[in-house]
Amino acid sequence: MAKSHVTMKINGKTVEALVEPRTLLIHLLRDQLSLTGPHIGCETSHCGACTVDLDGKSVKSCTMFAVQADGADIVTIEGIANPDGTLHALQEGFRQMHGLQCGFCTPGMITRAYRLLQENKNPTEEEIRYGISGNLCRCTGYQNIVKAIQYAAAKLNGVAFQEAAE
Amino acid sequence: MIPGSFDYHRPKSVQEALALLGKLGDDSRLLAGGHSLIPAMKLRLATPGNLIDLAGIADLKGIRADGNDVVIGAMTTQHDLMASELLANKIPIMRETSAQIADPQVRYVGTLGGNVSGGDPANDMPALMLCLNASFHVSGKGGERKLAARGFYQGLYTTAMQSGDMLTAVRIPAPPAGHGYAYEKLKRKIGDFATAAAAVVLTMKGGKVESCAIGLTNVADTPLFAEEAAKILTGSVLDAATVKRAVAAAEAITSPAEDARGPAAYRTKMAGVMLTRALARAKSRAAG
Repeated sequence: MAKSHVTMKINGKTVEALVEPRTLLIHLLRDQLSLTGPHIGCETSHCGACTVDLDGKSVKSCTMFAVQADGADIVTIEGIANPDGTLHALQEGFRQMHGLQCGFCTPGMITRAYRLLQENKNPTEEEIRYGISGNLCRCTGYQNIVKAIQYAAAKLNGVAFQEAAE
Repeated sequence: MIPGSFDYHRPKSVQEALALLGKLGDDSRLLAGGHSLIPAMKLRLATPGNLIDLAGIADLKGIRADGNDVVIGAMTTQHDLMASELLANKIPIMRETSAQIADPQVRYVGTLGGNVSGGDPANDMPALMLCLNASFHVSGKGGERKLAARGFYQGLYTTAMQSGDMLTAVRIPAPPAGHGYAYEKLKRKIGDFATAAAAVVLTMKGGKVESCAIGLTNVADTPLFAEEAAKILTGSVLDAATVKRAVAAAEAITSPAEDARGPAAYRTKMAGVMLTRALARAKSRAAG
């Protein structure tokens, strides 16, 4: 089977690669391009640890062939921070609100929330939980993940974050 | 999990895709969103020698009104269906159903065409297509033809489509204004297929059911069109005794497999419970 030449924009940089058609996008990112931020959790489309942002959509990069992403504009966790190197509001939120325990699901959670907050600038708790329902946290730390996303939404909207009473 | 090797094709038009399909024959598969096919390829349950990716065909995307019908391109994603104002106004049960499929990432990519054409009884849209009396635009060797959803699903992964055929669009007649609707789905968790689910569209007049259509998901080898149950309900005020008789008629046509979602008898009962709930919610939404 002939290899295919693909070109895509990843985190603002144009990247070219030769891939077998059967190469999954996550394997191109991690094994060929050394972008090991997106994780392989289940490899069966369930856990969302491999989530990347592709042409304005959150996708599970374990369930897409690299050839399908030819020409796409991709953002991975490596491209989320602000251009000046400071943390993105989401990264800051996960840090401030203790939104991670083991950290394995975090790149997928943040990348998914990155798209969610662009589609819905001020989501309710219920909308956040529904919006991240394709991402699993085996530490079951959802409570603080939700808070981290609320923190980021508030920061991006320029308002003070107020933690809901428990 | 590495799929078997294949050659990748990305046609620009329906004609080009059909020509490839004709040339490559049964060693090829059409690739839509890939969220059924790629998992199957990873498990080597599917090992096509060629994949024909439909993502580059602009004609296969979009949602438009055509008289009283809504015509949806086969490559339209679940995410697109949920975002459509036209569907929200004319066929709101589409959004309600899409919102219960898989999870956000899958809905960004998974397509209506892929969902309805694979013949997988666990998918949610096929029962809804039966309920809504949709038809499928299919192109193949003999040109284009229209196949009614009612009659399309023949067995497990078996439909009225032939080798060399390709689904291009789904046509759905909009139910009358003021209709009631509900899609009720029991699942173990987000992302799971239905233990059982029921789609109901009905119209009411003077407090009585004027028309009613019912589809059932994942309780047989095919999605089910519960015609007898709908007939029992038509003309009634949806009183408890009549609903009970209709639910029994719907349960009687199920033959679910026993799997991790439960024993067959349980899944049949859950189909009845989903139907009961869907009827109540559809009634509460219906005018008249």
